[in-house]
Amino acid sequence: MDDRSETQLQPDLEPNLVEAILREAGPSPTQDALLPILHAVQGQVGHISKETIRSIADAMNLSRAEVQGVVSFYDDFREAPSAKHVVQLCMAEACQAVGCRALAAHAKSQLGVDFGEATPDGAVEIKAVYCFGNCATGPTIRIGNRVHGRVSPERFDALVAPLRSGGRSA
Amino acid sequence: MTQSIFVPNDTTAWSLGADEVAEAVTAMIAEHGMDAVVVRNGSRGLYWLEPLVEIESPLGRIGFGPIAPHQVADLFAGGAMPTAAHPLSIGLVEELPFLKAQRRLTFARAGVINPMSLTDYRAMEGGVALANALAMEPQQIVNAMKSAGVRGRGGAAFPAGIKWQTVLDAPAHPKYIVCNADEGDSGTFADRLLMEADPFQLIEGMAIAGLAVGAELGIIYLRSEYPRTEAVMTEALALARNAGMLGPDLLGSGRAFDIALRMGAGAYICGEETSLLESLEGKRGQVRPKPPLPALEGLFGKPTVVNNVLTLAAATTVLAKGAEYYATFGEERSRGTMPFQLGGNVAQGGLVELPFGVTLNQLVHDFGKGSRSGRPVKAIQVGGPLGAYLPAQHWDTPLAYEAFAAVGAMLGHGGVVVFDDTADMGEQAEFAMAFCAHESCGKCTPCRIGSVRGVEVIHRIRTGVDPEANLAVLHDLCEALELGSLCALGGLTPMPVRSVLNHFADEMRPSEKGMS
Repeated sequence: MDDRSETQLQPDLEPNLVEAILREAGPSPTQDALLPILHAVQGQVGHISKETIRSIADAMNLSRAEVQGVVSFYDDFREAPSAKHVVQLCMAEACQAVGCRALAAHAKSQLGVDFGEATPDGAVEIKAVYCFGNCATGPTIRIGNRVHGRVSPERFDALVAPLRSGGRSA
Repeated sequence: MTQSIFVPNDTTAWSLGADEVAEAVTAMIAEHGMDAVVVRNGSRGLYWLEPLVEIESPLGRIGFGPIAPHQVADLFAGGAMPTAAHPLSIGLVEELPFLKAQRRLTFARAGVINPMSLTDYRAMEGGVALANALAMEPQQIVNAMKSAGVRGRGGAAFPAGIKWQTVLDAPAHPKYIVCNADEGDSGTFADRLLMEADPFQLIEGMAIAGLAVGAELGIIYLRSEYPRTEAVMTEALALARNAGMLGPDLLGSGRAFDIALRMGAGAYICGEETSLLESLEGKRGQVRPKPPLPALEGLFGKPTVVNNVLTLAAATTVLAKGAEYYATFGEERSRGTMPFQLGGNVAQGGLVELPFGVTLNQLVHDFGKGSRSGRPVKAIQVGGPLGAYLPAQHWDTPLAYEAFAAVGAMLGHGGVVVFDDTADMGEQAEFAMAFCAHESCGKCTPCRIGSVRGVEVIHRIRTGVDPEANLAVLHDLCEALELGSLCALGGLTPMPVRSVLNHFADEMRPSEKGMS
């Protein structure tokens, strides 16, 4: 399964990938192609660097400020690489009603990080998100592209432990 | 005859191990040479029973659930089909009171059919509506939506027929159908369930809208938090195109309509229709002032129908069964059925489609069987993060647009989130402002700054810092947000906050613990 959380690349591969994505978008893509292009870069490269923003702006005949503005607006797009695995915790009301605040506190203390931070070994980062539409069976988390429901602190530990020992996220 | 074993492919079932269950069943079939095949159906929305495995019997489908992967070997012990006598059996699925007491129009096929099978779809009246629409004049289609009384299911409840009329009458071309599938309200999952269980219904509804207003392109804007929905919709669109249900020659009619799927990027505000249009145009998802209405100047400045998934789906019921049939359900100006979504701390969560007019007591106690924790229910939030928290005194209010407005609440997209007596309502009020601050697009000042101030002020009240004066500030702030914001995010954030002030005032005061 596609795993968007594990997308660290050798730095020299990045320009090639971006170039290929832009080539696929056609000769002079219009601005409505920007989000799909950014999704492709985020998915394949793992982040959207200053250099990539410049390449996209040039290819689309937009200002760098316009592209930068879009990248910074949306939570899905990140300007710096993430940890190897991103664990998203739903912090919205339906999950609050079944203990996501306690789960988040557990996750933070177990991993020793706050939301938006990575563990010192660069293995796991936790992120607060709002709603996976899994509201009858929360608390819900997402690891890579996999959604997990009714996640107790014990289940959280069981799901996250393999990520820290170098395994792939399922 | 080869028997079908149904294992849902729905997100909730998946989140609880349905893929592993399906793999285990497939392995059992191979191991024992069973004359059976695994069918990945959608979910019926009986979420407390997921993963719910179903098998066919002469009396109807028998359900087994919830099934963990390790229970599959026992369920199909020796390669035999289980019977209703098996300890994990829940009996005939359609006889479950939770399902039997519903009135499923939009979700009639959900969980029953293979979502990827057009044959299944057509066997349950799928496609009838589009065939009818192709034989009608655009104005007749719009008239049907008007007389059915369909109102937008996304939250704003604007009459769909009037929106369609505006786009039909607009002189500019091209025109667009945009499906708002950015289902961001916590406690809502009906759009997702429909797309995962019955994707052709949405495709058909969008094609009908296209025929009604003269649009040849539809776009589904789907939230990126729904990866499985993305996979299902992508495949369904390809299948529909291959079958001529989309494309340059709709079902041989010579009329064209096609649909593109576009993904959001984690911004709640893009569920607001003008932000969504900005996002589709490749921009920051910032709200546009209205007027101009999107119906006249929408996507790329052209006339655009922006409708929620369920509104477009409702069009198939109206066109297949007639406006009169649809309008027989519901009350006053709330016509048809509403898929209510039971979530949060509820024992039996899931989808409950009923005519407007049911009460929260019926939903949460009769269908939901109370809280999951077993503790008393204290508050029910209806309508997502911008909806009110209601105490017991309002649980007999009929769930209809008019009746809810009368008690300072709203139905929104039909999400019903249950909280037990451990919930801290002051914390929920503070979260309402924090969520607005996090998701504000930043375009208008009341929302951008007011929400941040709201968090600060509520925090002060809750920690006992000059509570009387800060309460006065909070009331002022709520008024500024309500009256001064460009869109519903800022405009409705006061609703949950005020509902806590009105119904749970004690909990806005500092607790013993908080004073220390």
